[in-house]
Amino acid sequence: MAFEEIHSRAISEWESLQSSSKPRILVGAGTCGRAAGALDVLEAINRELTQRKLEAIITQVGCLGLCYAEPMIGIIKPGCPQIIYGNLTPKLAAQLVSDYLVNDNPQPDLALGYIGDSKINGIPNLFELPALKPQVRIILRNCGFIDPENIDHYIANKGYSSLVKALKMTPEAIIEEIKKSGLRGRGGAGFSTGQKWDFCRKAPGEEKYIICNADEGDPGAFMNRALLEGDPHSVLEGIVIGAYAIGASQGYIYCRAEYPLALERLRLALHQMEEYGLIGDDILGSGFNFHVKIKEGAGAFVCGEETALMASIEGRRGMPRPRPPFPAISGLWGKPTNINNVETWASAAVILQRTSEWYNQYGSERSKGTKTFALVGKVERTGLIEVPLGITLGEIIYGIGGGILKGKGFKAVQTGGPSGGCLPSSMLDSPVDYESLTAAGSIMGSGGMIVADEDTCMVDLTKYFLSFTQAESCGKCPPCRVGTRQMLGILERITQGEGKPGDIEQLERLAKTVKQSALCGLGQTAPNPVLTTIRYFRDEYEAHINEKRCPALVCKDLVSFYILPDKCQGCMICLRNCPVEAISGGKRLVHVIDQDKCVKCGTCLDVCPPRFAAVAKVSGKQIEVPQQPTHIGKSA
Amino acid sequence: MVISQETKIINLAIDGQQVKTKEGTTVLKAAQDAGIYIPTLCSHPSLTPSGSCRMCMVEIEGMRGFPTACTTPASEGMVAKTNTPQLQELRHDTLELILSEHPYACLVCDRKENCESYHITLRKQAETTGCTMCPKNGRCELQKVVDYIGLTEVRLTPSRREVPILRDSPFFDRDYNLCILCGRCIQVCQEVRGIGAIAFTYRGSRTLPGTAFDKSLQDSGCQFCGACVDICPTAALTERSGRWRGLPERSVITTCPYCGVGCQLSLEIKGNRILRTVPVLENSVNSGQACVKGRFGIAEFVHHPKRLTMPLIRKNGELVEASWEEALDLVTGKLVSYKGDQFAFIASGKCTNEENYLAQKFTRTVMATNNIDTSARLCHAPTVAGLAQAFGSSAMTNSINEIRMAACILVIGSNTSSTHPVIALEIKRAVQNGGKLIVADPQDIELCRYADIWLSHSPGSDVALLMGMMRVIFDEGLADLAFIKEQCENFDAFKKSLKDFNLDFVEKVTCVPGAKIAKAARLYAAYKPSSIIYGTGITQHSHGTDNVLALANLAMLTGNIGRPSAGVNPLSGQNNVQGACDMGALPDVYSGYQRVDNPDIQRKFEIAWGCSLSNSPGLAVTEIHDAIYKGEVKAIYLMGGNPVLSEPDAKHAQEALNKLEFLVVQDIFLSETAQLADVVLPAASFAEKDGTFTNTERCIQRVRKAIEPVGNSKPDWWIICQIARRLGNKGFDFEHPSQIMSEIASLTPDYGGVSYQRLEEDVIQWPCPENNHPGTPILYVDKFARGKGKFSPLIYKPPDELPDKEYPLLLTTGNSLYHFHTGTMTRKVTGLNAIEPEGIIEINPVDAHPLKISDGSKVKVVSRRGEVIARAKVTEKSPPKVVFMTFHFAESAVNILTNPALDPLSKTPELKVCAVRIEEVQEI
Repeated sequence: MAFEEIHSRAISEWESLQSSSKPRILVGAGTCGRAAGALDVLEAINRELTQRKLEAIITQVGCLGLCYAEPMIGIIKPGCPQIIYGNLTPKLAAQLVSDYLVNDNPQPDLALGYIGDSKINGIPNLFELPALKPQVRIILRNCGFIDPENIDHYIANKGYSSLVKALKMTPEAIIEEIKKSGLRGRGGAGFSTGQKWDFCRKAPGEEKYIICNADEGDPGAFMNRALLEGDPHSVLEGIVIGAYAIGASQGYIYCRAEYPLALERLRLALHQMEEYGLIGDDILGSGFNFHVKIKEGAGAFVCGEETALMASIEGRRGMPRPRPPFPAISGLWGKPTNINNVETWASAAVILQRTSEWYNQYGSERSKGTKTFALVGKVERTGLIEVPLGITLGEIIYGIGGGILKGKGFKAVQTGGPSGGCLPSSMLDSPVDYESLTAAGSIMGSGGMIVADEDTCMVDLTKYFLSFTQAESCGKCPPCRVGTRQMLGILERITQGEGKPGDIEQLERLAKTVKQSALCGLGQTAPNPVLTTIRYFRDEYEAHINEKRCPALVCKDLVSFYILPDKCQGCMICLRNCPVEAISGGKRLVHVIDQDKCVKCGTCLDVCPPRFAAVAKVSGKQIEVPQQPTHIGKSA
Repeated sequence: MVISQETKIINLAIDGQQVKTKEGTTVLKAAQDAGIYIPTLCSHPSLTPSGSCRMCMVEIEGMRGFPTACTTPASEGMVAKTNTPQLQELRHDTLELILSEHPYACLVCDRKENCESYHITLRKQAETTGCTMCPKNGRCELQKVVDYIGLTEVRLTPSRREVPILRDSPFFDRDYNLCILCGRCIQVCQEVRGIGAIAFTYRGSRTLPGTAFDKSLQDSGCQFCGACVDICPTAALTERSGRWRGLPERSVITTCPYCGVGCQLSLEIKGNRILRTVPVLENSVNSGQACVKGRFGIAEFVHHPKRLTMPLIRKNGELVEASWEEALDLVTGKLVSYKGDQFAFIASGKCTNEENYLAQKFTRTVMATNNIDTSARLCHAPTVAGLAQAFGSSAMTNSINEIRMAACILVIGSNTSSTHPVIALEIKRAVQNGGKLIVADPQDIELCRYADIWLSHSPGSDVALLMGMMRVIFDEGLADLAFIKEQCENFDAFKKSLKDFNLDFVEKVTCVPGAKIAKAARLYAAYKPSSIIYGTGITQHSHGTDNVLALANLAMLTGNIGRPSAGVNPLSGQNNVQGACDMGALPDVYSGYQRVDNPDIQRKFEIAWGCSLSNSPGLAVTEIHDAIYKGEVKAIYLMGGNPVLSEPDAKHAQEALNKLEFLVVQDIFLSETAQLADVVLPAASFAEKDGTFTNTERCIQRVRKAIEPVGNSKPDWWIICQIARRLGNKGFDFEHPSQIMSEIASLTPDYGGVSYQRLEEDVIQWPCPENNHPGTPILYVDKFARGKGKFSPLIYKPPDELPDKEYPLLLTTGNSLYHFHTGTMTRKVTGLNAIEPEGIIEINPVDAHPLKISDGSKVKVVSRRGEVIARAKVTEKSPPKVVFMTFHFAESAVNILTNPALDPLSKTPELKVCAVRIEEVQEI
């Protein structure tokens, strides 16, 4: 079947769906939606439809990126714009079906926004929402709108038109176009994609490989997962174009096994591509052959590093090797290999479709285009976002993210996952691009963005990242294996109140050794959290070490709980709830915490009635309280 | 004629010094060659660079960061610095990190120079105390690097692993508390040995080398070669033998006494005791590798309490100790009366060239008979006969270290990984280099794992298989007709004989699908150079010479002769089978295969030895028994063999020996055969004498005296000389084996240029006719030894005895990796016995099931000639209807069962095929 025929069939199918006389319900059923209960919502909707003998077209779609509002659904009544509802429960969803579909009440209170041309009273335009307005959705354009399991949906939305175009171009012209677009590796290192392709194309050798790195391992990062689940073909199209440009006939997608839905959709997508002749031998009659295999990663963080990833595909333990030789010269099984991240492949396909000039309009001087981020942590609106590079951290955190949760103060944002750095409020005006982040001591990374509020202890947060990198070190080189462990040991001591003068300098020295002498990117970037937190939050380290004080009141060994005699009403609630019986007292007696017994669980603080607010949590100081329970009112 | 590729020379600057090196060399190698030291812990010449220890970081202009010298290729115009202050600081701090995991008292202690053996420290963890207590003290590479960096203090918190020491190997301990995770053990196991028994396990700071799922080493496929122990830079892997004896006082490089590879081993000695044996890395056939027997199986047998230390004389039916005087007098007194053909000498592929030369000289001059033969009769003789007929000379045509560059290898009738483990490494290396591998073997041997094609042909069907392949090659036009026309003869007769071998017939005889045979044929013919490697699976047949001729035909048909990495390569089983044959310890030839019935040759030796010599060929070993029964042979002098276990139909052989009037046995242990002797003479082991062995690739290598003979034992050459002199013969006044070699060189054209002086410097492969001749790594480069290579027409002959109703199973025999021949040496080694304590019979589940035999049950194996008891191993490694046993175990002596039917040309028996039945044994 010629592609024109496939394309026109897909268009007519898509159009008939849009003009369907039945209402349509789109359920955001990516892993994020499912985790929030989307499948229960779906079941409730189905039940309600059956009970009311209603007909509707239900489609499971990918993630719209508004994680804070999951589970979400979209309802399109014939002739009406789509309305997106969020924070649903099965009960609410069922209610909506009857309210809106039967009684024509769109329930504006539950709606997040509408999508479409005509307005609905009381409901804002979804894309005008502060969470979405600053975003530019290029990579994520289809996520949440098309059925990721239906290749025709993708094709109807200009899918595979880039491939058709590419197959008529020379490989050199494609590479030139990618070069001109300024696209840089979205896996985090930011190397020019066009140049990378060029190296591999020019490398001597008949057999060449293409790899898609979908081993997204950073804690808190889920950009690649959402894209693979929501629009797998957009990635695959880029891969096939890249293979054609580079001259590879075999490709691998290395995806972590923890992403079962993404894997399932990838497999299905590949199967559909085969049926349409978009992959395999003689792709679209061009004479170009290209096959793709999926390799499931077994959960080692280091396998996201390209040389370790290739070792893993080859069936060996995923351990990095030094470069040179670079994969472009000697990669998988010693053959020239080009490896790019999920988002890079998807970007390449769009660039070819929309031209490099069009792509160039987004982004900053040296960082072109858009980038997806997983915005998580202590922000009001967590989510998967896509923004033009060059946007400031503040615009992301306060604009898209809606500021800090519960109105607390901002303390830091960690970009680039455990290999990145923690940036303070002074950097909020700093643009998000490769150079600026590096200059600030962090990295772009694959796009994790973790926001910390004022209640976060920076030493403790650093300890968390270090415990991650040291546990995920492959063990091959001593700087990474031992260096991270030594640093972690010092951080542990500091947070336990056993810090010593000189610890900071020791940390800096170790960090420098690890950064300069570790074998691979994992090791070389592992000290970044330590270095940036020392750079920006040195006072917190000093408070821990010199004053034995945790300013954020997080480090257990450095905090104490006291019952304030002038506030305690002798209600016995804290006494009864203390798990270690550290509180003594009685009715109408001021309670006293035995500091030796106290395990600092904070239960007393939690249960003390807010109107009394008699429990104080302090660090680095003692509060004078009676040794024994005394009668209320007497001690003061 | 080794093809050397032009390599470009490039120039670079290292530390301001201009350095020239070959393109492709690493910065590390270039620096080392220029005499610049860069510290390393993970780099090793046998391994691909891993860059893991980070010690060799350097600065290179134009490169970011600090690349490791071991992984960075040198390039033209490169400017590298190896010891800037910044580098030294980074190394210092990285080394400090390494030491925070490694007990470092022995490394940085300010009193390390004066440390006493039992220095007292109050440490509660399992670590070395005084530095001299570390078994690696003095050889620890960490010590060297710490000294170079000048590290004197470790400022980091020690994080000791405190893991239990693993003692699941019979030979070495794994103390991962001392491991620095350089990964060399893992790399050598994977890259060099092709095993992969160990890998890094776990992640983060828990990372350690280990086995899959922490299984025992043996269960994870470890073959205990010890390569990991040799390559470990610290004391994490140390052999138990000699562990606490401290540093050796001296070491002596000599040749391994086991198989025909001839590995060069360094014997490390303290006092008169071998502490351990270490394979030699440089200028050796084995490039730093050995097998479990050579690595761990030597010191224990040399120093075994059961070594013979005094001559024994049979008095009143008992063997009792006697003085050398008494024993030698007795032997000479007896031998005087058996001169002529009633005497026979059985020499040995275990003894040196010099000793075998003396044995034949003694037999021919003193005893006036050509009745001399060696154990080679039982394995190597068809090669001698067949290759001489086809090519004109009889040995491996090419060298061992060429195998790795072969484009295709056909391994047939050789379980190389068990019999010649170090050659198996070459084969695996060839596969790693992209070479094709065809394995033809009834058993699923280890090499099948690496093979492109495995032809599991029925035992004894080799001629059909090979002729079938040749017919495909010829029919499909893959033959090298130009080579044949120019260099060979008798091709038409051969071509005619191919007609009988259409694939249908071949498939029926071999039980291998015809298509598979055709595929193998195409592979062998298409990928050149193609090398044939074979062992006793080819020779030990009643048509063994035909098998060898078939292989010679195959090589000639494709022009795979006289070029590097090609050829026909027989692997000789014992260390000096090749040499024993070269030395003329054969009934029909003098040294260098000079025929006794050639009058010119006869005259040459009569003049040289000053006596008249018989021109009628003597008896082969396998003919002697019948001669004894007939009363023709009455006395035998046996040097270093154990025919009671090694001869087919062993019961018959033993009865024959009992019929002798006089039997002298010379050995290092009281073997099963020695127990039958009238006089037993205690011989010195290989470690206690000088001499030479000729390995399977015709390389003449020195055996060097490392320690004084144990007890009152004496070298075999000395004993023969003593007896000859006592019998009044001249020509045995040798005081050192080098003098014997001079005589060998003067009388043996192929050894003409060999002398001990040259052997100190040169590696010589015969033919080496003159002193200034470089030796011959590849035979027949210009032409065949006999002028033209001779094709031989062949017909298919089935084995002499095939299974029938009464004896429904086919028994084939072979070697284990862990034992050697009749076990005289290896069964004295505790560790080898621990790994493989008893004889087993491998049987396919299909055959085992109806007989109610389960894995590990005891069975009785019965043939027409006798029966033995063995433990069954039910395994699919043996094909249905074929059972397999090794011949190492006296308790289940497989040769009681085997068939003495002889190959008419070589007189080699059909040890590889006989018919048996298996019966259940009720265990009490």
